[in-house]
Amino acid sequence: MSEARFIEVIKPGMLTLIQDLGRYGYQQFGVPVAGAMDQFAAAVANLLVGNDRSDAVLEMMMMGPELKLNFDGQIALTGADLGPKINGAPVAAWQTLAVSSGDVLSFAGLKSGLRGYLAVRGGIDTLPVMNSRSTYTKAALGGFEGRALKAGDQVPVGAEGTGTATVPLAIPQDQIPVYGVSKTIRVVLGPQDDAFTEAGLQTFLENIYTVTNECDRMGYRLEGPSIDHVKGGDIISDGIAFGAVQVPGHGKPIIMMADRQTTGGYTKIAGVISVDLPLLAQSKPGDQIRFKRVSLEEAHELLKARKDFYGEIPEMTAAMPINLAEARNPISQDIISTRLFRLNVAGAVYDVKVEEVRV
Amino acid sequence: MENELRLAPSGDLALVASFGNEISEALNTKVRGLMLALEKVKVDGIVEMTPTYCSLMIHYDPLRIGYDALCGKVRDTLGALDDIELPEPTVIEIPTLYGGDYGPDLDFVAKHNGLTVDEVIKIHTSGTYRIYMLGFTPGFPYLGGMDERIATPRLETPRTKIAGGSVGIAGAQTGIYPIDSPGGWQIIGRTPVALYDPLSDEPILLKAGESIRFVPIDQATFDRISREAQNKSREGRA
Repeated sequence: MSEARFIEVIKPGMLTLIQDLGRYGYQQFGVPVAGAMDQFAAAVANLLVGNDRSDAVLEMMMMGPELKLNFDGQIALTGADLGPKINGAPVAAWQTLAVSSGDVLSFAGLKSGLRGYLAVRGGIDTLPVMNSRSTYTKAALGGFEGRALKAGDQVPVGAEGTGTATVPLAIPQDQIPVYGVSKTIRVVLGPQDDAFTEAGLQTFLENIYTVTNECDRMGYRLEGPSIDHVKGGDIISDGIAFGAVQVPGHGKPIIMMADRQTTGGYTKIAGVISVDLPLLAQSKPGDQIRFKRVSLEEAHELLKARKDFYGEIPEMTAAMPINLAEARNPISQDIISTRLFRLNVAGAVYDVKVEEVRV
Repeated sequence: MENELRLAPSGDLALVASFGNEISEALNTKVRGLMLALEKVKVDGIVEMTPTYCSLMIHYDPLRIGYDALCGKVRDTLGALDDIELPEPTVIEIPTLYGGDYGPDLDFVAKHNGLTVDEVIKIHTSGTYRIYMLGFTPGFPYLGGMDERIATPRLETPRTKIAGGSVGIAGAQTGIYPIDSPGGWQIIGRTPVALYDPLSDEPILLKAGESIRFVPIDQATFDRISREAQNKSREGRA
């Protein structure tokens, strides 16, 4: 028998959850999908370590955990910048990192975004429940005993497989999402846009809405000008999709997120398009949102481009094997990250080293 | 009739097919019919479907089927519905122990309606209740068809915890709590049958579009079914 591979939780952080891309097939039974809030970051983290896009990862909110890695292998960190460190030295995100058993991963503090993701080669290997490892805490379902991680938990990590180790990969700097505090979120109108007055639709599309403190994995309540209904905000309950923008009678939008209930009885003015959901998932209270209407065709083209991007990740090889000594012991504390990658520009190949320097 | 159908996008990954805007068996039957027919014709690109009172949400993968193509499939399937053989709705029996510790509000329901406790049980167990949809929590059924003679308003102060399996009345509705949850329903009994067992092969007992009937049982039967359910759940875990 080979040695057990696991992550030991030293400190749990604010909210650290096992998530994959969601529990599908049970919405007709009232079981919420759950899954990673930022599905792009979760998928990319997996692809950087040679996993399937849908393997389970750790979702870490705002204040990251402290984790002892009891396995040799590869990890990748994506999503919010929580200030990752290995054995106390800063490491770069959005790239493959090699780790050895005994390494300690910790986080200095949030710099941008809200939710960071940790993928490990082999995936987080808890028992799937209803075909998914996603944690839905309200019903104590999936993940690690259906709850957020606690100190002392030992989270099993899957076998590396028999294949050769993945070459280190790195997402080019210009492809890494920027999580600003003010953003434009694109929506497709419907399914009950006809429940709103023309002025109400204008209010929704032409004003800035602010994320309130009431924002969690279930939904984001926004504050801003009230959106007028034709006659009230209640409907006979129907299905709720990820990103549905509900407007109850009070006229303020609530965006339904990963842990949304499967059905609901409020009018939905619009739905956030898939490729913009990650931006929303990285939004914090006080962040400002402007909605922009796009066509369904445009939303689907953007989704196709995103899928193509996933396909290109295995080609985004770091120019040279990532020098871990360097990655772990930056020459100067002013360098907050170092990225190495190979760019293919108009047929010519360039090896690029980028150092992000704190100013 | 096809012209009653309304199709609208909900975001870029879901389509809502709605048949009207009222709670009625006729509309809910159409929802069930469309869902079963789409399952039967197996449309590539449909991820899953969420049936509700009078609409069906179809979650789809736009990289496998476009919105317009999916709308076309829905219309075609609906048009051919008469030629597609659908299973008859089943009636699921829910053995229920009424009153006592498991049904603390049974007396109140009786008093409120000027009935005896036995009459309440008789009325409650003689109905067949349509499962319009599941939602709110995993496995929670929205049931229709309760006799007005036992209608009772909700508790003024909701309880912080109602045990899973509790059977209750809220206004003119009856329902079952699948898992422990807070709630304001008048609790008249409890079923030992697990409506929700995440580790079993069939994690949810009930299905939208089917019906249930409550069957009165005594404590001994309750205990026996309860034991069997626990053993089954342990097997699932093993």
